[in-house]
Amino acid sequence: METKEPKEKKEKVPRQKMPEQDPQKRVRNFEEVPLGFSEQTAMLEAQRCIQCKKPSCVGGCPVDVKIPQFIKQIVEGNFIEAGKTLKETNSLPAVCGRVCPQEDQCEKACILGKKGEPVAIGRLERFAADYERSTGKVTVPPKVKANSKKIAIVGAGPAGLTIAGDLVKLGYDVTIFEALHKAGGVLIYGIPEFRLPKAVVEAEVEYLRKLGVKIETNFVIGRTKTIDELFAEGYDAVFIGVGAGAPVFMNIPGENLSSIYSANEYLTRSNLMKAYLFPEYDTPIVRGKRVAVIGGGNVAMDSVRTALRLGAEKAMIIYRRTDVEMPARKEEVHHAQEEGVEFLMLTNPVEYIGNAAGWVTGVKCIKMELGGPDASGRKSPIPIKGSEFVIDVDTVVVAVGTMANPIVPATTPGLATSKRGYIITKDESGLTSREGIYAGGDIVTGSATVILAMGAGRKAANAIHDYLSKK
Amino acid sequence: MEGAVDSLFFYDYRRETLNKIIEKKDLSEKVVRMVLEAPLIAQKRKAGQFIILKVDEKGERIPLTIVDSDAQAGTITIIFQVVGKTTAVMAKMKAGDTIQDVQGPLGNPTEIKNYGRVVCIGGGVGVGVVYPLTAALKKAGNEVISIIGSRTKDLLILEKEMGAISDRLIVATDDGSYGFHGFVSQVLQEMIDKGEKIDRVFAIGPVPMMKVISDVTRPQGIKTIVSLNSIMVDATGMCGACRVSVAGKTKFTCVDGPEFDGHEVDFKLLADRLKMYCDQERQAYEQHKCGCDGN
Repeated sequence: METKEPKEKKEKVPRQKMPEQDPQKRVRNFEEVPLGFSEQTAMLEAQRCIQCKKPSCVGGCPVDVKIPQFIKQIVEGNFIEAGKTLKETNSLPAVCGRVCPQEDQCEKACILGKKGEPVAIGRLERFAADYERSTGKVTVPPKVKANSKKIAIVGAGPAGLTIAGDLVKLGYDVTIFEALHKAGGVLIYGIPEFRLPKAVVEAEVEYLRKLGVKIETNFVIGRTKTIDELFAEGYDAVFIGVGAGAPVFMNIPGENLSSIYSANEYLTRSNLMKAYLFPEYDTPIVRGKRVAVIGGGNVAMDSVRTALRLGAEKAMIIYRRTDVEMPARKEEVHHAQEEGVEFLMLTNPVEYIGNAAGWVTGVKCIKMELGGPDASGRKSPIPIKGSEFVIDVDTVVVAVGTMANPIVPATTPGLATSKRGYIITKDESGLTSREGIYAGGDIVTGSATVILAMGAGRKAANAIHDYLSKK
Repeated sequence: MEGAVDSLFFYDYRRETLNKIIEKKDLSEKVVRMVLEAPLIAQKRKAGQFIILKVDEKGERIPLTIVDSDAQAGTITIIFQVVGKTTAVMAKMKAGDTIQDVQGPLGNPTEIKNYGRVVCIGGGVGVGVVYPLTAALKKAGNEVISIIGSRTKDLLILEKEMGAISDRLIVATDDGSYGFHGFVSQVLQEMIDKGEKIDRVFAIGPVPMMKVISDVTRPQGIKTIVSLNSIMVDATGMCGACRVSVAGKTKFTCVDGPEFDGHEVDFKLLADRLKMYCDQERQAYEQHKCGCDGN
């Protein structure tokens, strides 16, 4: 076994770099930026793993992926087996291998990271999942004996897909109700093609269907049917994973001018509706030449990089703090910089200026400086009086966060929510104030990450299984 | 044993959303009525609500008011005017065809009460939108006066249907080819000038019409409800494409509306935002027409 090999031999192999599309070229297409490991590179990287007896990386993963096992299978060249190992605990490995912030989770806990660079767990996860999919050798585990219990899941995003996979494998009759016409939630409407190809998401959703998960699209819980009607129809438990599906605007003058978008709208048009392929696809989008994106998170990076690909000559991030406080992943910021995005730090919009036809033509900003830490622990930005200036723009994307969408809570009597509209859960199980109703993901925590929503789905699956086993 | 996926049972996840066209009728040259199979929506739908539909894989999501429904037959009725590519494609569809995606019912229902004497005004294809709430208002015991109008006689729709649910029906055409020669707003103005008692006005049609009606009723303070036709994408409050300004506050037409107090709506903002994709829409429509001619 590898662990018996001399240690210094391991350390000779550096962390393998991810091959990427050239920035000059990729900035004009929507194809994926990281190209994925080759078999050789994957095996080389996998050999760096020292196969810890007590792997701390697994503790860093919200869905407990068997990391050393799947990496060992890659070392041995058993790529298909590696893919199966991933799917034992993670229904969406090809997604997670691409969009998880591994640097804050499994890779942060990797023992190699203490002295040098951690094993590239995320890249290996992507490799194994892609290998299985591209070879067409996707298999499903044997069907377990069906029990007669019905589970309704509201929302086909990361939380909902995860809990659906977990519960269907335990024999439950699982139906996901999705408001949009396509399953995937933020994976389909939010994250752009160049970061997460939609074919990857569709394949993972298809895998769940093959496991036996039923998906009802165009089904708005709270409108088409309410949660109480689902119970009346014989569902035994309900999981709410609807995300934080309402955009936040800054409520500054001029914010409703034409060509000012919420990031949700801008990305939904481009990703879900494929407006970047207009007129082949029917949905239009404004192809701005001078685009300002307000905000410093991953959604802001996705928006500004989309703007470039739609033909922007100047694409800017306007952020009120500095790059140190910016919540986006370093990798995403780096990609945006490589592609030529301009970063205006310590700058905040105060007003939008429009022309007579109601189109935005400029954004008036104010310079900021950093003061003491605020509630989030980050230094709070303070406006510098008299420092206002105007930037000429023809398109703006507001990416300053999302909030709770009220449709489900408002139509579910007795479901306790916080002042800001998020669903209150008793503990990590996701149990809400009502028996048999569980919730998880952004509708509980506020905007977070794909993998944290998946972790919440996992915990709620266990809790629902406990609840219905005792019932 | 593990089975290859291809051999597994394939669940038809669209069984509830077949959306078959049961009936299709041309009401005028460019206005079409369609009856769709949509049992879940038919059961739930109330006057004033709408659906989002997407014709095919590459289609756009467009909002359309539910004009009528039959819960027993499991059908809903929509009326649309051919204005762009999606509606042009729909106008060519036949009974038996299916619309790929239909989602609903969306938006808040009309607040139906016995207000006393109400005036229901519909302009152009907006007559189709005002019809369901006129029927509901009549049923709730209101005395209903309806004013419907169009550019010219051939474009007038639902005259008979509106007549059947109204205590009085007045028709107006812009060119005078039928009924009153002029705008529906002028008919209303004359009623007000004559001192007729009006407890509430419902006005649905093109933006300029709704604006003028709201201006006409403002001096007397007659509460005027308008239904807005903003551009939408998801229509569940997620994207904000449909934002409008009402009493100086930003509202989303899809979840806060579609009906608002006409005296509080910023119609210029609404009209401006409706023009956002004019160029692209024209491009898509022209290409579609060229493609059709080529066939």
